[in-house]
Amino acid sequence: MWENIKDFASTFFVTGDPLIYGADVSIALTMVAIVFVLTKFKKWGWLWREWLTTVDHKKIGIMYLIASLLMLFRGGVDALLMRLQLAFPNVEFLHSEHYNAIFTTHGTIMILFMAMPMMFALFNIVVPLQIGARDVAYPFLNAVSFWMFLFGAMLFNLSFVIGGSPDSGWLAYPPLSELSHSPGVGQNFYIWGIQISGIGSLATGINFLVTILKMRAPGMKLMKMPLFSWSVLSSCITIIFAFPILTVTLALLFIDRFLGAHFFTMTGGGNPMMYVNLIWMWGHPEVYIVVLPAFGIFSEIVATFSKKTIFGYKSMVFAMMVISVLSFFTWVHHFFTMGAGADVNAFFAISTMAIAIPTGVKVFNWLFTMFRGRISIKQPMLWTIAFIPCFLVGGATGVMLAVAPADYQYHNSYFLIAHFHQVLIGGVVFGYLAGIYYWWPKMFGFKLDERLGKWGFWLWNIGFYVCFMPQYALGFMGMTRRLYTYGWDMGWAPLNLVSTIGAFLMGAGFVFQVWQILYSIKHGERDTTGDPWNGRTLEWSIPSPAPLYNFAVVPQVKGADDWWLTKQARENGTAQEEKVQLEPIHMPKNSGIPFIMSACWFVAGFGFVFGWIWMAVVGMIGVALTMWARSFQYDTDYYIPVDEVKRTEASLGRAL
Amino acid sequence: MNKPKRLRQMGFWLVAMIASVLLSGCGSEYIVLNPKGPVAETQYNLIMISVILCAVIVIPVLAITAYIVYRYRDKPDNKAPYQPNWSHNTTLEVIWWGIPVVIIAILGFFTVRDTYALVKPPHTETKPITIQVTSLDWKWMFTYPEQNIATVNYVPIPAGVPVQFEITSDAPMNSFWVPQLAGQTYSMPGMAMGLWMQANEPGEYFGSGANFTGKGFAHMNFKVIAKTQEDFDKWVQEVKGTAPKMSKEDYEKLAEPGTSDRLTYSAFPEGLFEEIVKKYGHGHHHPGGMNHYKNNEEPSTEPNHAEHDMSGMNMDHAPMQLNQSGTNTDSGNILNH
Repeated sequence: MWENIKDFASTFFVTGDPLIYGADVSIALTMVAIVFVLTKFKKWGWLWREWLTTVDHKKIGIMYLIASLLMLFRGGVDALLMRLQLAFPNVEFLHSEHYNAIFTTHGTIMILFMAMPMMFALFNIVVPLQIGARDVAYPFLNAVSFWMFLFGAMLFNLSFVIGGSPDSGWLAYPPLSELSHSPGVGQNFYIWGIQISGIGSLATGINFLVTILKMRAPGMKLMKMPLFSWSVLSSCITIIFAFPILTVTLALLFIDRFLGAHFFTMTGGGNPMMYVNLIWMWGHPEVYIVVLPAFGIFSEIVATFSKKTIFGYKSMVFAMMVISVLSFFTWVHHFFTMGAGADVNAFFAISTMAIAIPTGVKVFNWLFTMFRGRISIKQPMLWTIAFIPCFLVGGATGVMLAVAPADYQYHNSYFLIAHFHQVLIGGVVFGYLAGIYYWWPKMFGFKLDERLGKWGFWLWNIGFYVCFMPQYALGFMGMTRRLYTYGWDMGWAPLNLVSTIGAFLMGAGFVFQVWQILYSIKHGERDTTGDPWNGRTLEWSIPSPAPLYNFAVVPQVKGADDWWLTKQARENGTAQEEKVQLEPIHMPKNSGIPFIMSACWFVAGFGFVFGWIWMAVVGMIGVALTMWARSFQYDTDYYIPVDEVKRTEASLGRAL
Repeated sequence: MNKPKRLRQMGFWLVAMIASVLLSGCGSEYIVLNPKGPVAETQYNLIMISVILCAVIVIPVLAITAYIVYRYRDKPDNKAPYQPNWSHNTTLEVIWWGIPVVIIAILGFFTVRDTYALVKPPHTETKPITIQVTSLDWKWMFTYPEQNIATVNYVPIPAGVPVQFEITSDAPMNSFWVPQLAGQTYSMPGMAMGLWMQANEPGEYFGSGANFTGKGFAHMNFKVIAKTQEDFDKWVQEVKGTAPKMSKEDYEKLAEPGTSDRLTYSAFPEGLFEEIVKKYGHGHHHPGGMNHYKNNEEPSTEPNHAEHDMSGMNMDHAPMQLNQSGTNTDSGNILNH
């Protein structure tokens, strides 16, 4: 009996690695600290009422942001561990399995649990404000999406200390990810972590598509919509087509693993190539899903900080739409070397290069927005300017990779690694950071400190080039990805060391940003106007942070930069200030169901991971019950009375 | 230090770093940029063409960016023109939709040309030899059907002779990569992929597995050793005389997960490679990206394998024949006509 328990415990809790013991201790301490603080300050009720049950898109956005920053930390630590291992030849810091687990979780976390939620954070915080809406189309669903994402991410992260991490790469090609080669539970954690959060992502895609199409303020024709909202629209369209593919692919993989099917195993008539096709049919559009909103962010920032209308608005919209369509015709470039034949390779080489055309056009449009403007280099603009050279080089190496026969040399080499980090960090991370700096005052009512921000900025940027430029060279030296060690003989050592130093500089940049946030909470410049950057779009017309109902009066939209037009009109004295008539505001009620339902998903997922059917059943019953309960909830909304709106506006310094 | 200065400095370092990476390509460690055979040379030329075409866009745009950011900075004494509402110019937009289209068209032309070229053997006048490659957990096995010998983790070839590698896997998918001679092709269970390779001169060339396959992946290096025809023949004779034979059991042991040193066998079980390919239920030979596997020994028995055929090519089930010169004239070459 005792022996059995000991056996179980040693597989259930991952034992034998000091890093993991460290994680165990820190998780336990953090939990205790959270429980202690919440109890001591009697904040449990506050936590439940204000956050866990909220359906307010702005709060959901903030929770997405916090989660994504935590995941950026986790993924970043993974990256530093890998770079430490590779700093010198024959280092015995991580052994092979551990290294494999780390690069797998690094990739998965950075794309699905860092980039995606950071993007959803900005969707949630900005889109309704920018289109003059009081909420998203489906506020309840929005909360479900967030909690599904969070519990999915938690399930995935749990694998580090319970059961063992997945270690067959972030896209989990079979047969390596099949039971035959990955018998542990790590791969199940991967499947269920992504599956649960993926359903949330799909729902968010639908939610924001409908929000943008149906909830725009009167007068805001699609072609008068700000470019960030356009980028969200194009990204959501892509999500809606891409994410179901992921869901099905992972479901098939799980059926293979759990029920012994053979969708992707050769021995039973299945085909792993089918998996590779399917996963990239999602995986490639996914890259554009995360980068398109960044393009939207840059468009807003460039116009605002150049004090000039965006150049080529229609071109920008058209380019984004072209990108979101073309993104579905490029997936095969991930396996040019799989022998698809010259016809197929030629087609996908050209279609991949073709994406460079609309992307290039956007860069030119940003540049010509700055041209004959007045560029003030505040933090959001700083990141935007840094993005341009970085993305140019990353885009160019992307075109190089698209040349199919040349790809026979780059494929799976460090050249590829350098390329996609350059577009994903230079494009997505720089973009989202720019967006966070830009909209931070709108979220929290204060600006982030410039001086600390600049330290963070320069460390990130210098670190970036020091880290990834050598990796292009390593690719030309024949170094392949996912090697956990290498010898002295290839001459890879000096560049790897340089690359590691660069990675640590980026890590230091992140530390400065954390410091910047903590410092600014106390000392940051307060935003009393609601329009700290002299903005152009509607979100800057309301106080910071925005009140619960966003707009006391829904605006009548005249043009793309509506708030700018209003300000101009006021300056010229041509503004027609009508006497506003306040009305009670219709709002959704908070609900605990999304949280509870997602917690049940977590329980079910955990059961599936360990093959404990009873637990999976309990979880699924919980999910069904919460859905049932929701379907009988009729009292889901309320009205904010005019008096309260007046009081709120007055307290924010607005007289109505 | 003021901001534009810092930005300019950043631009400078950026250009300097890229330049140093590209220029240092002349060093001998940069094996991708030091091709030693016609196949890798074709790829190298394409790399250079694409670098130049990209540079044509990237370098001027970097310069324009630096100029614009400096010229239009928000300083009270900045006398540069300011036109806050200038937001459209058809001519300009046509130009920058046009330039990338032209560049991509040019690059596309070269890409398509060489994509088709690499399906063919590099030279047709010399009779090619065939070497079969099997990726195992975590080692590379090479079988020489014409010589009936086998090696593990190293592969001698005759220099100046086109080598047709037929590649499969008896383990998770890997990628057979020899940067200086041929680039890479995936090795996949149940399929026989093709890769042409040729070394101009004798020498040792680094090869490795490029696609992650688990625990021992990092140790899957091998050497391609190009010898003169004479030395190659001598080596084959030597192997025949001295090395042990590989039995079926030897192979089973070899296929078990684990790394391995270099091994040499004077014989291997007949049809071993074909058996490995067939083992995974299909028994069909994938046409391969670069050439068509000649499945004359093992006619396909799989009735509906066309649905697994990504290329959508019309595959010929009938046994193929080698023509007089020994080069393939099978249906794969239909692609090239």
